[in-house]
Amino acid sequence: MEEVMTFFLENRIFIYLLIFAIFLGFELISSVPAILHTPLMSGANAISGVVIIGAIIVIGQAESNDYLSLGFGFLAVMLGMINVVGGFAVTNRMLDMFKKKK
Amino acid sequence: MFDSPFALEIGYLIGTILFIIGLRQLSHPDTARKGNMLAGVGMIIAIIVTLLFYDYDPGAEFVGVKNMGWILAAIAVASVIGWMVSVKIKMTAMPELVSLFNGLGGAAAATIAMVEYTSKSSFDTGTLAVLFLSLVIGGMSFTGSMIAYGKLAGKVGDIFSPIMTWVNLLFLIGSVGIIGYGLASPDAMDGNIAWILLGISLAYGIFFVMPIGGADMPVVISLLNSFTGVAAAFAGFLYGNQVMITGGILVGSAGTILTVLMCEAMNRSLLNVIIGDFGGEGGGGKGQAGEQVAKEITLTDAAILCAYAQRVCIVPGYGLAVAQAQHACHEFEKLLEAKGVDVYYAIHPVAGRMPGHMNVLLAEADVPYPKLYEMDDANPVMDTTDVVIVVGANDVVNPGAEDDPGSPIYGMPIIQVHNAKNCIIMKRSMNPGYAGIQNPLFFRDKSRMLFGDAKDSLTKLSSEVKSL
Repeated sequence: MEEVMTFFLENRIFIYLLIFAIFLGFELISSVPAILHTPLMSGANAISGVVIIGAIIVIGQAESNDYLSLGFGFLAVMLGMINVVGGFAVTNRMLDMFKKKK
Repeated sequence: MFDSPFALEIGYLIGTILFIIGLRQLSHPDTARKGNMLAGVGMIIAIIVTLLFYDYDPGAEFVGVKNMGWILAAIAVASVIGWMVSVKIKMTAMPELVSLFNGLGGAAAATIAMVEYTSKSSFDTGTLAVLFLSLVIGGMSFTGSMIAYGKLAGKVGDIFSPIMTWVNLLFLIGSVGIIGYGLASPDAMDGNIAWILLGISLAYGIFFVMPIGGADMPVVISLLNSFTGVAAAFAGFLYGNQVMITGGILVGSAGTILTVLMCEAMNRSLLNVIIGDFGGEGGGGKGQAGEQVAKEITLTDAAILCAYAQRVCIVPGYGLAVAQAQHACHEFEKLLEAKGVDVYYAIHPVAGRMPGHMNVLLAEADVPYPKLYEMDDANPVMDTTDVVIVVGANDVVNPGAEDDPGSPIYGMPIIQVHNAKNCIIMKRSMNPGYAGIQNPLFFRDKSRMLFGDAKDSLTKLSSEVKSL
């Protein structure tokens, strides 16, 4: 119990951040026309590629002879980056098609 | 020069703001493109400041990110792969691709958690809890997305048995139990618990998506998308990294809202979708097929019917996507317009395999915006419509949803094509739709079937109309 309390006190700013971000996400999305559902989902998916930052931090602290961490870190950076680049590129391609109509 | 913590935090702040503005703009048609770009720029900034300024021990002398060669190599390879795939992929395969990318993000979160776990010797309870959550959610999001990908690509079938609900419940309880055990007795684990959790989460992802029927795949992808966001946010908690937390949570909550919107469109609860008692099995609506006979229409008759109508409505569904018939469809529509027919499209919110799937496809074929009616705008004009052409849609035009309380989709809003004066249904065969429910529409007096591949039929219809 004590550990939980300490954790809460140490991280309370992040917990606030978490709660605000949840409500912000709801607010941002709640009025979207159906035509934008697919591009929006795809764009949000690209943003979830932000996990790549964690991957960089992981591989960036590995010792240069720790091949297990390096290998998995490399893998994580790649997976995250494919998510990011592919996600934004695909979203852009979808939205490009809407643009022509205007 | 400024000092690195400052540069890092400012970079993250800008990145976060760009994510928020980007998402905001992505939800309006006029600004969507710009919003996507802004979010992309935010991501690039966040990545660059991490590479340059991330400090592992803020108190001590600056130790930045090591192994830069590895990182840049991974980024380069991944960028090329991601770019190539997204440029080359066919528009019809878009939903699969989003699911695939989403799975990779989940895998990255799980991998990070594993490396972090194996490379450190001790954790405090809070950190460990966050690490486990990132691992489990990321892992199940990975395999779940892969199964969803397989289902959409037609590589994985629906497997349903009532036992799976219990198996899934067991997985859920099991992982919660193991996390609890791992947290309560940190000494007893010695590295194995994380591997066990990884195994369970990967298996859970498979079992979670496997029994969910194809018709529910849009909901599942959206849900898994929000899972990946949450996994990324938990990974961000590990490092106290604000841009990961905000980015991840934004995606988590946005994905959840989208999921709920989709469930509402089908008049079902999320729980009902997840338990999956409907996706694979027909339920009450089945069984009338044998006694009734659907009437066919010839191509020539169909062409005449359309060409001399005043108002024609096209209702597209997944069959349009499978047959890649969007261009043929637009061709046909232009021919009819040239003959003075008023043509519009009626789009059901969950037609296809993703929300907005049909809009994307028709936009690709240059169908003008104003011709696309949403369901609520299309239904009131249905009884003044002479001919409805249903192109590969099924469940979204099933009148059983309105008048048959025994139907599994009873209560789901539909496009009321049965109110139109005539209805031509393009279908490959009499097989029931993806949800496995028989459609009484086919047997109504005003309904006529036109069997065959949608693209093929539309092309032939066009040449028939031309020769009139």
